[in-house]
Amino acid sequence: MAVRHTENGTTASAGTDSVSVRGVTKTFATKTGDVSALEAIDLTVAEGEFVALIGPSGCGKSTLLRLIADLDTPTAGTIEVFGKPATRARRDQDYGIAFQQAGLLPWRTVAANIALPLELHGVPAAQRKARVAELAELVGLTDFADRHPDQLSGGMQQRVAIARSLAERPRLLLMDEPFGALDEMTRERMQTELARIAAETGAAVVFVTHSIPEAVFLSDRVVVMSPRPGRITQIIETAFGKDAARDESLREAASFFDRVTAVREALHGVPVPVAGREER
Amino acid sequence: MTTTLEPTRGPAAPARAKPPRAARSRALSAWLWGAVGILLLAIVWELYKFLGPSDGVVIGGVRILPRTTDLAMPHVWDMIGRLLQPVTRAEGSPPLWAAIALAALTTLGIAAVGWLVGLVVGIALALVMQRWRLVEWGLLPWIILSQTVPLIAFAPIVKSWGSRIDIAGVEWQDWMSVALIASYLAFFPIAVGALRGLQSPDRIHTELMHTYAAGYWPTLLRLRFPASVPYLLPALRLGAANAVIGAVVAEVSTGLQGGIGRLLIQFAGQASGDPSKAWAPIFGAIALGLVAAGSVAVLGLLLKDYRRGEAT
Repeated sequence: MAVRHTENGTTASAGTDSVSVRGVTKTFATKTGDVSALEAIDLTVAEGEFVALIGPSGCGKSTLLRLIADLDTPTAGTIEVFGKPATRARRDQDYGIAFQQAGLLPWRTVAANIALPLELHGVPAAQRKARVAELAELVGLTDFADRHPDQLSGGMQQRVAIARSLAERPRLLLMDEPFGALDEMTRERMQTELARIAAETGAAVVFVTHSIPEAVFLSDRVVVMSPRPGRITQIIETAFGKDAARDESLREAASFFDRVTAVREALHGVPVPVAGREER
Repeated sequence: MTTTLEPTRGPAAPARAKPPRAARSRALSAWLWGAVGILLLAIVWELYKFLGPSDGVVIGGVRILPRTTDLAMPHVWDMIGRLLQPVTRAEGSPPLWAAIALAALTTLGIAAVGWLVGLVVGIALALVMQRWRLVEWGLLPWIILSQTVPLIAFAPIVKSWGSRIDIAGVEWQDWMSVALIASYLAFFPIAVGALRGLQSPDRIHTELMHTYAAGYWPTLLRLRFPASVPYLLPALRLGAANAVIGAVVAEVSTGLQGGIGRLLIQFAGQASGDPSKAWAPIFGAIALGLVAAGSVAVLGLLLKDYRRGEAT
């Protein structure tokens, strides 16, 4: 169900899903007994697809993302990224990641922060420089390449973090509430930029968020989760169309409000049939 | 956190970076206040010497303020004047300040060697403690305990052990004993500060390095060492001060010639005939400490990028 066409000519064999989660359960051992964070999760993210995970606190959406990123291991079930185990995928640098906090290294300039993953993986300096310039351009920070993070606004820091996550042209982006700490106006502009970047790079995105409009605006599918234990309750297709522009006009379109309503009702557990919703 | 709406509109106003002129005038006023402090101390000294009773202030048999005789408290100008005169009346004797400076430089060199050894040992200890939690639990109490050993008792033993050491034809020199004792004092704050610094990176940063599949050494080099700088610099300054104190005390208790510690003892013995002379090595020791701490401050200037506030 690849909604966006890939243009960057990656070497993906056709038909390999970006992420495949099968029967995944995660329990955390605590002093008061085991806490079930995730239970029987099945989820497939197709190549180039934008999937948002949404749900109340404690529904395990961040945990699911961390499992895909191999920052944690599932108690049961399997996770495959591009057809290989999550650990392999991490070692092969198959994904880029961005967190709620930008997590920039304060002693490095914007350019050096973006270059960090390239540096760690031995990309030659000349190539690194070219790639960093390209990425700074992509996120609109060319004039700020020599600044340090403490000289940037929160939104700009977050854009550096996104540029960094894109440094190695990953075919999968994992984002854990990357815009959660931003004000509403910055947030909307960042969403538009991310939609553009995702379309340009053709990368699949798994995007954790608290915000219903954000999830609807960005994604091809919105995965609604419920807590205690963390489960997928519904998956809603936004179905705005293959080449629908993610811009300001979409935010005011009737279809947009339809999907927002659908996601809201799914979150609150009120079953109202709406076009474009799909029960799974 | 401020958010600029249009990033292309202009540079974000960095709240911390001050215009250079303000920074310069602040540095100037710091020097000025330092000078005022020294001047004030001299005035208080002279004022008490002028007003205080010559036998000092004694309450219930305990002297709580010193005698004000020229023997106990020479005039400030006498002490400064004495620095310009020759060390002894002998023909060709160098001026006192030159002798003091030479001795202070000798001690500084020994202290610097001790500081370097302390730096290497301290960082090595911090590295193994950071790497293995078990080592931290096992080692840290011993490191703290090591600092309770009385230095003065310790110094002659080190010297006598040293005199029996002969490694590959290199004979153990007395100054090496002094440097070793200086390093013994210097390594402690460095080890503790470096450990805190190496442990300081946030989880988000260590996890980021994990997602980059970066192993121990790349993480150490690119994350832990740079992140430890703000913790390391105060530790290095403490270490430098400790190395100087350690070197001076060790010179005194091992009787090493040529350093400021030796002059302290020697000139104190001549104080009854030449009270101003006894103060010269004290000034020398103070200058020595300032130079040592100042060198670390210069190091801090070179590493200023690593001392930026944590960006959120």
